[in-house]
Amino acid sequence: MTEATGILLSEKVREQLDRWMVRYPVGQERSAVMQALHYAQEDNGGHLTEDIMDAVADYLRIPRISVYEVASFYSMYNLVPVGKCIINVCTNISCMLCDSEKVLEHLKIRLGIELNETTADGKFTLRETECLAACVNAPVAQVGKKYYENLTPEKIDAMLNELG
Amino acid sequence: MSDIDIEIDGKLLKAKPNSMVIQVADEAGIYIPRFCYHKHLPVAANCRMCLVEMDKSPKAVPACATPVMSGMKIWTRSPKALAAQKAVMEFLLINHPLDCPICDQGGECELQDLSMGYGAANSYFTYGKRAVADQDIGPLIETEMTRCIQCTRCVRFGDEIAGLRELGAIGRGEHMEISTYVTHAIKSEVSGNIIDLCPVGALTSKPFRFTARAWELKQSPSIAPHDCLGTHINVHTRAGKVMRVVPRENKALNETWIADRERYSYLGLYQADRVTKPLIRVHDHWQETDWQTALNYTVEGLQQVISQQTADQMGALVSPNATTEEFFLLQKLWRQLGSSHIDHRLRQIDFSDQDSFPVFPQFDGSIADLENYSTILLVGSNIQKEQPLIALRLRKAVLKGTNIFAVNMMDYAFNFKIAGKKIAAPHEFIFTLAGIAKVLLPEQADLAEVSVSEEDRVIAERLRAREKSIILLGALALNHPQAALIRWLVHQIAKATECALGLLTEGSNAAGAWLAGAIPHRTAVGEKVKLGGLDAQSMWKQARQAYLLVNVEPDLDCANAVVAKQALAQAKFVVSLSVFKNPLLDCHADVILPIAPFTETAGTFVNVAGQWQSFKGVAQPYGESRPAWKVLCVLGHLFHLPGFDYASTEEVLQELKLSLQRNATTLPEVPGAIIQKNGVMKLSRLGEIPLYAGDSLVRRAHALQSTQAIIEGELLAVRMNPQTARELKVTSEEKIKVRQQGGELSLPVIFDKRVPPRALSIFGGLAATTELGELFGAIEVIK
Ligand code: SF4
Ligand code: FES
Ligand code: FES
Repeated sequence: MTEATGILLSEKVREQLDRWMVRYPVGQERSAVMQALHYAQEDNGGHLTEDIMDAVADYLRIPRISVYEVASFYSMYNLVPVGKCIINVCTNISCMLCDSEKVLEHLKIRLGIELNETTADGKFTLRETECLAACVNAPVAQVGKKYYENLTPEKIDAMLNELG
Repeated sequence: MSDIDIEIDGKLLKAKPNSMVIQVADEAGIYIPRFCYHKHLPVAANCRMCLVEMDKSPKAVPACATPVMSGMKIWTRSPKALAAQKAVMEFLLINHPLDCPICDQGGECELQDLSMGYGAANSYFTYGKRAVADQDIGPLIETEMTRCIQCTRCVRFGDEIAGLRELGAIGRGEHMEISTYVTHAIKSEVSGNIIDLCPVGALTSKPFRFTARAWELKQSPSIAPHDCLGTHINVHTRAGKVMRVVPRENKALNETWIADRERYSYLGLYQADRVTKPLIRVHDHWQETDWQTALNYTVEGLQQVISQQTADQMGALVSPNATTEEFFLLQKLWRQLGSSHIDHRLRQIDFSDQDSFPVFPQFDGSIADLENYSTILLVGSNIQKEQPLIALRLRKAVLKGTNIFAVNMMDYAFNFKIAGKKIAAPHEFIFTLAGIAKVLLPEQADLAEVSVSEEDRVIAERLRAREKSIILLGALALNHPQAALIRWLVHQIAKATECALGLLTEGSNAAGAWLAGAIPHRTAVGEKVKLGGLDAQSMWKQARQAYLLVNVEPDLDCANAVVAKQALAQAKFVVSLSVFKNPLLDCHADVILPIAPFTETAGTFVNVAGQWQSFKGVAQPYGESRPAWKVLCVLGHLFHLPGFDYASTEEVLQELKLSLQRNATTLPEVPGAIIQKNGVMKLSRLGEIPLYAGDSLVRRAHALQSTQAIIEGELLAVRMNPQTARELKVTSEEKIKVRQQGGELSLPVIFDKRVPPRALSIFGGLAATTELGELFGAIEVIK
């Protein structure tokens, strides 16, 4: 049964959320689910756990499963612990034609990890993503809010240094 | 708005505005293939199988999500439509295994059928298919998620119909899976419907799976034997044996749904403790015998009691799930033998107002009408558990804007929102209603001592608003020790507000029992008898020398197991007509006659709304069991009584219906009573019957039993409000000893905020708690 406890959400998250929820009409709190998950993920050091998702559901008084649905649908929610930087390499068609595979290969070697893995020092997580809408400058990778375009092995090394 | 003209496949059709193309086509008998569309579910339009050609549209459109427009032209079988359908089918089959022969759904699969009708023989897709791990979602439903085509019917069912969202679409795109995400058993009491909804073999019935193929099964219509609305079912048999039960559509009663109780109770039918041969007790041993011997033995035994004492020493108790014909013949036999002690109201206690009852318990309007009230007051009912399908109607009503108020002995969380509630312990329950009544009848002297709360005013005002309202009484109210007072108050409220009233009786055929005369104070069709007999409780309390039980397990089916046991122990002769063996009757009965359950006999159930529904036997009799109506006829003959020459149940029914034409007697007013505080009682027991413990058949359905353990939690426990615990100085870690009417029991404590203060909730209907006696009533805690 869902009970509005929100026990696992920190005071900070609850405050943020309360402020956000006023944007929606009464009874439509479910609309706040994406923002709520963002706050909660940020607060938890970058990833969501089952308990946290349950807490969000209970706080918004919506079925838990509908929070799992949202959290598992969008790639920006992490359901397992991730590194500080998530490198998203586009492997969609334009990037693929421009050798995104080599980009991935190079990153794998440099970081010593496979796709969807995190480096032992907890710094980097490597991911594959669909079209980032920057095809003109393919191949492309995205880290946080920043795009790295026309990637070559050299540029990747530079990127890693910058992020490292 | 007036109807719209549209054209489908060259046919001119009238369509309701706002309807979808597929609805109009369905009504006109034009079939459009579909997977995700279902007439009782919200439209999702995600499978695209229903693509049809529409004029002025360059692309094919989904018929399930395209609203009709005046003058629109649709082609469902044009080359464009067919090409679109074929392409969709090819896409759907990309990730679907093509191994129908090893799939349980094979032979009744919508995907299989439609790929035959609309698909192509080969596919361009030659790569590996995706595979999805299966899930354990409980004892009732098996999953094979690789077969899922993501139509989301199951998800929408939980969301919209059942009101319990448990399944969802997890992940995205090719990785999307239908799942509970966190592994757990589905808890909805109507969950089995997703098996029927699932167009493929992704969700199938766990107990039935791989036991038969669809084409080996014979489908026969029947009526469900546990709920009070007479749900329509189809029974599937193979070689005379029941293999499964599925819903049969009936718009006015169950739409296309049935509850899990009705779907899976058949699992109890062939359990090892089914009686297969007549049994008589010889020197304290059970001996199998033939029918003739057993029947003669029965007649002699009863005759002896009659000649040594009087017929007044005989009592007959019958399950409220018996057929109308069985009720009629039983009371006829009993009354001709000279006893009026006959009753079916096994779990009820208070009968003091029985003379004021109409011919059968009142239920105004129809079942389908329940959707249309603007206010509903639910009194003493865990409706979702007692009558799951009525709960679905109520949920529908709430979604349309109905306000439902609950007056209960436990704060149940229903699958619909309630507008307000009043919760009180059983011994204080009467005040909840009295408060509401007092708002409406401030002058009423009987209510002088009653105080009124804000909630009372709200509820009373809503009911008085003169819109369509109804008060529904559930099993907990009807089985309450002050049931007559509850009914009196409810009548006062109903009169003052001109609202309708409905008694949701226990069992599948309580109305039939009243009509057929299986009550001590009236014969068939409400005719008053000169000398009324003893009711179900008095028959045990004023113990008789002989008992005839028809499908009754006295320790589990009756309001007070303790007195039942005592009465049976002292009785000279006990006859049990029964489908199953029962340990208590093994000790105390003298004859056990194997009778047929609903699947093996013809009969009639009358639902709460007074609708007569006859059904036929659909399976072969098991062992030597015989329909109870035939057994009762033979007993009539052996006693040399006139009027037992019936060739069929239809003839029995005909006789009953003939008497129906006699005038119904006028009813006396319900007596009132002064409502005052019961100073003595401090703590009362709420003895609810667990979800799947209501009658002998469900108690033997193993899959339902394991589901019950998951849904109800610990069955053997005392649930109490933390506040009560504080007052009693008990903690949740310990076991406590409770005492009720001499019986004592040690049980673990569970804190449960749903239980009101001063009440202890301990399940009844379980062998382990029969020591405690009455389901409601005073209880004490002795550490
Ligand atoms: S499990 Fe069945 S009903 Fe549910 S989405 Fe998949 S195919 Fe549809
Ligand atoms: S395909 Fe890589 S950015 Fe569009
Ligand atoms: S039935 Fe129309 S899209 Fe599925």
